[in-house]
Amino acid sequence: MPHFFRKILLVLSLLAATAVQAQLSIEITGAGANRIPVAIADFAGDPAAARIIAATVRSDLERSGLFKLIDASGAGLDENSPINHGDWKSRGADALAAGSLARSPDGRMEARFRVYDTQKQVALGGAVYVTGNDQLRAAGHRIADYIYEKLTGEKGVFSTRIAYVVKSGGQFRLQIADADGQGAVTALSSSEPIISPVWSPDGSKLAYVSFEKKKPVVYVHTLASGQRQVVANFKGSNSAPAWSPDGRKLAVVLSKDGNSQIYLVNADGTGVQRLTQSGGIDTEPRFAPDGSIYFTSDRGGSPQIYRMGASGGDAQRVTFEGNYNVSPRPSADGKSLAFISRRDGRFQLAVMDLASKQVQVLTDSTKDESPSFAPNSRMILIATETGGRGVLSAVSSDGRIKQRLSIAAGDVREPAWGPFIQ
Amino acid sequence: MKKLLIPALLAALMVGCSSTPIDETGGAPVESRSGSGVTPVTAGGLDSRGLPRELTDPKSVLSQRSIYFDLDKYEVKDEYKDLVAAHAKYLVANKGFKVLIQGNTDERGSREYNLSLGQKRSDSVKRSLILLGAKEDQVESVSLGEEKPKNPGHDEAAWADNRRADILYKAPDGRGEF
Repeated sequence: MPHFFRKILLVLSLLAATAVQAQLSIEITGAGANRIPVAIADFAGDPAAARIIAATVRSDLERSGLFKLIDASGAGLDENSPINHGDWKSRGADALAAGSLARSPDGRMEARFRVYDTQKQVALGGAVYVTGNDQLRAAGHRIADYIYEKLTGEKGVFSTRIAYVVKSGGQFRLQIADADGQGAVTALSSSEPIISPVWSPDGSKLAYVSFEKKKPVVYVHTLASGQRQVVANFKGSNSAPAWSPDGRKLAVVLSKDGNSQIYLVNADGTGVQRLTQSGGIDTEPRFAPDGSIYFTSDRGGSPQIYRMGASGGDAQRVTFEGNYNVSPRPSADGKSLAFISRRDGRFQLAVMDLASKQVQVLTDSTKDESPSFAPNSRMILIATETGGRGVLSAVSSDGRIKQRLSIAAGDVREPAWGPFIQ
Repeated sequence: MKKLLIPALLAALMVGCSSTPIDETGGAPVESRSGSGVTPVTAGGLDSRGLPRELTDPKSVLSQRSIYFDLDKYEVKDEYKDLVAAHAKYLVANKGFKVLIQGNTDERGSREYNLSLGQKRSDSVKRSLILLGAKEDQVESVSLGEEKPKNPGHDEAAWADNRRADILYKAPDGRGEF
């Protein structure tokens, strides 16, 4: 083969490899103790499209670790079929979903389905979701959320999105993907680091720290338009953005007046107001749902987590065990606090029950970082390391269920779990 | 499955099992969740040069721009006092020049907390320069935390290389390293 053609082939195969490796792959390494056995019948209608829907629903439910899938092949059901509850019960399914796909008059797809409780022999409800042909997986995630909520009483997070940073070949890419790691797209590429992405409460924007100006600067980035606004670029370092619960303000960390201290700014960068006044480091602010702010401070001699009111003032120390507790993340239900704790030189994900103050270490890894709660407070996404490579890990708040998300050709870090879709 | 009970009973009471209504209000379109929902942006790549030779010539002390720190330490060590003094002298003699001091840490621990620790290192170099006569508006101290390791290794030697502050220069015409 002429040398020239060999080169082209090599380039093409490299391109193909890049496309494949850019996708997050997911691996489940644990499951809940009492999984609900559920059967998801094949959807009636166009077979290729119906397969995508059913496969998405099944893999979502299975990945959550809360369900055990019962084989439903050959059931031949749709959402209006009579259900032989006894038959499904004897197959081992406590719950069953059946549905169909049909083309709506405007050419889009309508997914209809019902969910049944085979024990009580009743339908639990049903819904119809309209979707484009290229958004069948999104419809599958919505259906999985519906089933999850009917069967567990909690809202599902399958149709939420995650943000994270991939470092490969000296490039940094801020990516957005579905909660299952599929459909990744790059919101920002840079030759300089990007850290600390956080979702606005409505899910339309990300705030993050970019080093593209040779120093840390806080940006707010509107995902749909790609428009970026500098919200903190003062003399010194600007970092650690956190959205207020109403999305109108950001807590940020600025070094403009000396040490790293916490300030509040409007989401457009105006109206800077200082919140902490310590002689040391105050950083990593996060708003709890009640508006109070958790943060990391070395005011007591070692980095520990503290809590203060929305307008600053007196702070109460929250962590006491060990001499390195950082990166506080209050859950959306206000009941728990995830953070990173150093124990015997290992950095591990810990969760505090805020009512009892009990702390539980959830991992046995050594380099956990940057925890992020799912909006239903059930799972926590962290960055960690396996085999010298940065990967993401999702851990249930009781530590039983673990999933790993990795990219073959790069380090994945700085995860941020997005809000419920509106 | 206890939580299933009430909605299930209600559904059964109202309409009977096989005709449970499908919630047509759920028919709102499923929005594009990815793909067209995100517009890609590219950033970074500042790399202008054009500084006087005395700042870049390897034979000049001013080409030495790195100050190393001990573990958990933030004060400029004695062995770097002459180096810092040489840069202060240059800034005093060349009022139009500015420096950016970038503090760095090793990779262990929280990225944001390390950013604040790197800031303590760059602030310490800045204080020394100001004490020696450099003007406040000539010196900015910032932190890169653990994000830009000079040594990509994961051992004590690599960590020592990365506990560092670097001095970057900018000429009066705006050309330079930052």
